[in-house]
Amino acid sequence: MSQSHYAAALPRPTPDSQPFWDALRQHELHLQRCQACGQAFFYPRNVCPHCLSSDLAWFRSSGRGRLHTFVIAYTAPRNPPLEVPYVIAMVELEEGPRLMTNLVGVEPDPKQIRCEMPVEIEFVDVTDEFTLPRFRPVA
Amino acid sequence: MASGGKGRGRIAIVGAAESDALGKLPQKSALMLHAEGARNALGDAGIAPSEVDAVLSTGRQTANDVPEYLGIRPRYMDNTQMGGCSFIAHLQHALGLIEAGIAEVVLITHGESGRSRVGMGGTGFSPDSPPGQYEMPFGIGGPATRYGLAATRHMHEYGTTKRQLAWVAVATRDWASLNPRASMRDPITVQDVLDSRQVAWPFNLLDCCLVTDGGGALVVTSAERARDCRQKPVYVLGTGEATTHSIVSQMPRFHIWDAAITSGQGAWAMSGVKHSEIDLAMLYDAFTIVPIMALEALGFCGFGEGGAFVEGGRTGPGGDFPMNTNGGGLSYTHTGMYGMFLLIEAVRQLRGVCEGRQVPGAKTAICHGTGGIFSAAATAILSTER
Repeated sequence: MSQSHYAAALPRPTPDSQPFWDALRQHELHLQRCQACGQAFFYPRNVCPHCLSSDLAWFRSSGRGRLHTFVIAYTAPRNPPLEVPYVIAMVELEEGPRLMTNLVGVEPDPKQIRCEMPVEIEFVDVTDEFTLPRFRPVA
Repeated sequence: MASGGKGRGRIAIVGAAESDALGKLPQKSALMLHAEGARNALGDAGIAPSEVDAVLSTGRQTANDVPEYLGIRPRYMDNTQMGGCSFIAHLQHALGLIEAGIAEVVLITHGESGRSRVGMGGTGFSPDSPPGQYEMPFGIGGPATRYGLAATRHMHEYGTTKRQLAWVAVATRDWASLNPRASMRDPITVQDVLDSRQVAWPFNLLDCCLVTDGGGALVVTSAERARDCRQKPVYVLGTGEATTHSIVSQMPRFHIWDAAITSGQGAWAMSGVKHSEIDLAMLYDAFTIVPIMALEALGFCGFGEGGAFVEGGRTGPGGDFPMNTNGGGLSYTHTGMYGMFLLIEAVRQLRGVCEGRQVPGAKTAICHGTGGIFSAAATAILSTER
């Protein structure tokens, strides 16, 4: 994919999410863990969504998890990130939190994809500034 | 019926009406549709605009906009926006207002140019919002790509099938065929649903609601005042509302509608009504999975049993569980925030004016809606008797 022509939606980071996007740029997936209650969570916040503590710390995720659920988009928004049809997935990471992503490396066919299949992250530099996390089935 | 809670039977719907037309209306703006609903509902109630002391409304405007357009100067405004079920939640807010003596006549309005997009303002999420950062970059599209995440997990957890989903569309279309105002009236089969264009697995086109223009409104007042109104009152026996998340990727459990459990428990507890006493279920059907998960969360069947519950068409005309008798969001109309139409149809059924689709002797109805992507829920139990 030509980086300069990437036309799909890009995020605009906020102060709470900047470390997350910065880490992706370095090909690392960083999540937050509450130091008060011990729960890891996503998306980034300045308070823990389990106990509202602001005693939070970033850590590096393994980038491994399981496919929690998915859809196959046959009709895309104006500038899709991938060619239609493509898979929009919820991945449950080993550390607990779930995040939305795209599942790649598998046919976009409901017979080929099953919930709970093991997946791992890959980092896609879509522009000079942004790297998106995508996941593929573990070989 | 059991005694129920404190709010039971304290308010009533005394006016209910839609905009003059529904469907594809490029000649109408969203505010015009609000206004037609409001004018028609006040006319239905026989209540003058000057008697309205609270306006509850939502859309893309501020709480001041609809009152200004209508020329009404309320002393209470509520713009609560929780998605399609907002108007059901407004009914609960009206209960609080009326019981507290803050208002006596409450007008709840809806107007949306969902299809023609006239007077709707901007759409889409800002790239610095949570959906803009954590969902849009992955090509999330229309609501089908969001609701589909729940449907896929429900199928995984419980073995729910696409044929079972399709039965919701088939039974609902059968009701629509009996409703002259419905957009889509030709009967369909399970195979028609499975053969319709793929939109977002696991949904085909006929698993998805319509996109239309329309509006509607309700007039609500105290049970005491309702006795003197033009129409036979439809009493609000119980209400509930809840939210668990906003963007779908934050949904706590994809196969269970947690917000609906909470809102349903509120409505059941306040009303004291038993499931066996429900004559009509109006369950928001943005997609075929939605009423299935509502049936489970509201306790009409066990978790995982919703697919089997609807299989075979028992929710259609002549079935033992009349559901979405107007033809639903799937076949009647769906402006975007469809919840108003659940309430209007329930009022009509309880008034007994539904002609060919009338549920004989309907006395008690449940209206239940989704907001966002199973994010919020609101529930109301209505009855001809206090």
